[in-house]
Amino acid sequence: MADWRDAVTNMVYEGRIKVPYLWSVGETGSRFLEALRDRQEIWGTRCPQCRKVFVYPVKHCGECFVPIGEWVRVGHSGTLESFTIARYAHSMQPVAPPLAYGLIRLDGADGSLLHLIGDADLGKLKVGMRMKAVFAPERKGAITDIRYFTPAG
Amino acid sequence: MDKIAIVGVGQTKYERHKIDTFEEMVFEAATKALADAGGEIGDIDNVVTVSNDFWDGRTISSMAVQAAAGSWGKDISTVEGDGTFGALYGLMRILSGSFDTTLVVSHIKGSEGVMNLITNAMFDPIYQRGLGIDATSAAALQARVYMQATGYTEEDFAAVSVKNHGNAKNNPYAQLPKSITVADVMASRKIADPLKLYDCSPISDGAAAVILANQKGIKRFKKAPVWIRGVAHCADSYNLGYRDLARSRALKKAAAKAYQMAGITDPLRELDVAELYDAYSYMELMWMEGLGLAPEGKAAEMVRSGATAMGGKLPVNPSGGVLSSHPVLVAGMARLIEATLQVRGEAGGRQVKGARTALAQGINGPCGQAHCVFIVGS
Repeated sequence: MADWRDAVTNMVYEGRIKVPYLWSVGETGSRFLEALRDRQEIWGTRCPQCRKVFVYPVKHCGECFVPIGEWVRVGHSGTLESFTIARYAHSMQPVAPPLAYGLIRLDGADGSLLHLIGDADLGKLKVGMRMKAVFAPERKGAITDIRYFTPAG
Repeated sequence: MDKIAIVGVGQTKYERHKIDTFEEMVFEAATKALADAGGEIGDIDNVVTVSNDFWDGRTISSMAVQAAAGSWGKDISTVEGDGTFGALYGLMRILSGSFDTTLVVSHIKGSEGVMNLITNAMFDPIYQRGLGIDATSAAALQARVYMQATGYTEEDFAAVSVKNHGNAKNNPYAQLPKSITVADVMASRKIADPLKLYDCSPISDGAAAVILANQKGIKRFKKAPVWIRGVAHCADSYNLGYRDLARSRALKKAAAKAYQMAGITDPLRELDVAELYDAYSYMELMWMEGLGLAPEGKAAEMVRSGATAMGGKLPVNPSGGVLSSHPVLVAGMARLIEATLQVRGEAGGRQVKGARTALAQGINGPCGQAHCVFIVGS
């Protein structure tokens, strides 16, 4: 059977979906982000039932399915539970590759926080090493008000 | 549960940069499934489509393929998630008592969008998305947690890739049949440590379809039914930081339910073949452990021993798995189709001799947040 492409050229149509959003962060997230911005403090919420401290904070425990009202300030430092170094470049990345990510369990928190790793010898990263938050000099109420985590001393 | 069977399956070849449109791919898969079943579109009571608006680049992506799915004048609804979840929903629609047959169709054109940008958008916009995380960098974080928990090496992961790309040589639908060695995987380009190019599944295009029927519905078709003996679905935390990334609780629960339903007490002995969602090499090991096919920390040894190779005790991914073709959303349905072909004895060069009971698994969400497990049997 003849290939239709012998008769016509397949057309390719280029497009882009660009839609702005305004996401309401809500009470819990706004308190968390405000503390990052104004006081350089990291706060979590503690489930009244399982006593787990969630950072970023949540308003309801996914495990116990109960509301959470208690706030707990956690440390600026913690333990590196995992890391990766992304070697590729895409437009959603905030900095140029190689780009290091970590899962950091902050002192006083259960579970870990996903964030960038910076100011580090990437070849020397090790699971279990101590990390500390470095705040951005100009903060605007975003997760990137913590600029990155860096190996602690 | 009333007995539900798979009576027809169809899939396109999986390729990158497929020239076919969404509609052409869906029509191909749907008509192949009908031909396979020995039925016609009039035999279908309702249709389920599986698609994702971000991947398709249009909102309500499901509506655009309605004609190609044969749904004009029929009840149609949609699952936005892996094809195994679509098949589970299609099965439930029959169990609801409203229908005797369901056609479930899934499609993707991974090559027409940008995977990293699209999967970045699955993460929380307030806390995670701005960091630039995507499916691959998240998987790399999970791979390292898993190495830490099990002591597995990058070579252990590489062995999975070698096996699956080799198996793909027997699957005419697979995108990347390859003869490679562990050394080739280890030398392949670094993507996101510890993952290298050959630890990662490719960008793929394709479509797949299954036809489900109850005991009344199967009479409309000529094909011998393959029965769904067990099926279950379970999800865990969306946020990676709140989940044990090395041990999938959701998969353990889904597997336990599916096995119980199928009356399986010793899956390693009772299953003849398994098709798993190995989007990244390490996942096959992790899912084997979650499914109870290997004790925790022992899956790599099983792969090394050849027990999961063709001719082994339990061949895993004779099709080449997701590492050899990764049509997102379609890939879990492809696992279910492969399981069906195996118990029919119609899997051609990738047939596991005498296979009577097969397992298929699909995942959804970052790093396998949710799992769907099917057990099918002749």
